[in-house]
Amino acid sequence: MASPRQQVLKEAEPPSPMPDEPIKDSSRCKLGVKDLNFYYGSFQALHNICINISRNRITAFIGPSGCGKSTFLRTINRMNETVRNTRVEGEILLDGEDIRDMDVTNVRRRVGMVFQKSNPFPKTIFDNVAYGLRVNGVRRQSVVEEAVQKSLEHAALWTEVKDKLNKPASALSGGQQQRLCIARALAVEPEVLLLDEPCSALDPIATRKIEELLFEIKSLTTIVIVTHNMQQAARLADYTGFFLMGKLVEFNDTRRIFQNPSVKETEDYVTGRFG
Amino acid sequence: MVMTISPRRKFVNALMLSASGLCTVLVISVLFFILGYLLFHGARSLNLHFFTSLPKPSGETGGGMANAIVGSFKVLSVATLIGVPLGFLAGVYLAEYSGKTFAFVFRYVIDLLNGVPSIVIGIVAYAVVVRPMKHFSALAGGVALGIMMIPIAVRTTEEFLRAVPNSLREASLALGANKAKTIFAVVVPAAISGLVSGLMLNLARVAGETAPLLFTALGNMFWSRGWMEPIATLPVMIYNYAISPEEDLHQQAWAAGFVLLALVLVVNITAKMILMRQSAASRR
Repeated sequence: MASPRQQVLKEAEPPSPMPDEPIKDSSRCKLGVKDLNFYYGSFQALHNICINISRNRITAFIGPSGCGKSTFLRTINRMNETVRNTRVEGEILLDGEDIRDMDVTNVRRRVGMVFQKSNPFPKTIFDNVAYGLRVNGVRRQSVVEEAVQKSLEHAALWTEVKDKLNKPASALSGGQQQRLCIARALAVEPEVLLLDEPCSALDPIATRKIEELLFEIKSLTTIVIVTHNMQQAARLADYTGFFLMGKLVEFNDTRRIFQNPSVKETEDYVTGRFG
Repeated sequence: MVMTISPRRKFVNALMLSASGLCTVLVISVLFFILGYLLFHGARSLNLHFFTSLPKPSGETGGGMANAIVGSFKVLSVATLIGVPLGFLAGVYLAEYSGKTFAFVFRYVIDLLNGVPSIVIGIVAYAVVVRPMKHFSALAGGVALGIMMIPIAVRTTEEFLRAVPNSLREASLALGANKAKTIFAVVVPAAISGLVSGLMLNLARVAGETAPLLFTALGNMFWSRGWMEPIATLPVMIYNYAISPEEDLHQQAWAAGFVLLALVLVVNITAKMILMRQSAASRR
């Protein structure tokens, strides 16, 4: 398997999109966000976010703490609705359909999420991965078993856990638990996978494994990742957006964001001169 | 500057230490004193007959409390069937659904209910169950104790469900599970050992209640068939025997007190051990 970095370099060469206009072709657009505003009570956390996110690409969002990138991620699967006293304005279109017109459980099945801190259920490894299938009505044990194995393979965890599927998930290491959470999210075959700083609690080796598997699965799903780690964005992402104070300051091809950003704030941030 | 501690301060310090230490020893010894006292007075009646025989007619010595032991378990099962589902589901509402203001009011109401004297709950059960049905019964006793179990059932359910990290709820919702599914497939199983030990402590707490049973379950010197007859229970038996003039019955009351206390202690300790094992497992 080629390392993520080699693949980035290989892939970034030919189809480099036009600067400042990463996606023009609407058939490549998986998620369209228009004039998105988000409020916690009277505090406005997101200001007029407009962005198109490409199908089967990895899109990363970087920015300082509290800049709204996690909030943005959590509006895409309507997870912020579980927080009291919040309000959304604007549109988020999944394949052209407004997610607020869809059934919320359906949105969340199609748009999976992996959280900052791994959060396996206090169940067995198998039941963790099978959970999403079961709540979505899959009853046939053979179907569930097959999907569990496939998901664990995609999450690069199968060989490590195939002999202990009935052990509790808490017996796994931190990195394995996070890969289990990725497998659990993949089991329901989401069209979009949101990852909220998935590696922030992991050591470099576990981080590398997750980055490699994200590279492997981007052919299956559209990946949106929030990260504090700029090297990670640079290694992984096809496109990168920079958030600051609730605004999407700049969004572009990853190489351009890191090598030749067009906004001063982005440059200050990616070169470490921020603040 | 050299600081010296005056002899007076040293003396006060030593006095406080020994006074609080002495009180601690006294408090700890109360439990063992009660256990020992019960055992001392009841030991001679604590034999196999105590657990297997019915009470003897007045005037004869010997006999046991088999009917009261079984009766206590029957009344407690009715109480559990009434108090636990109600309290559990209300606790689920309180922890998972209710808004802040309502939760505040509801919690306050529950605390007030918890403070209602048990004799008052007995009167209420008498009025709404015994009077309409025209006889004392295991059911009536169970209703009285069931009402007494509700507040603790609500609050322990709320407490243990709230202790489940929100990240687990989010993980479930993010997979397309709805809220009810999330609660019953993830949150409740994650809290199950706390909920079970809460139930056990709740049972142990009402097992010794006497006042609400006096005019609901009443008591019975024989076996009580079914759920609609007056029924003997350990606490009421202790009360009746203790106020009787016969020395033999006093001894049996002591023995019954010991059995009741031992049961409550065993249930308490088991519940605490379940909790400790759970928290040890979650730290792993």
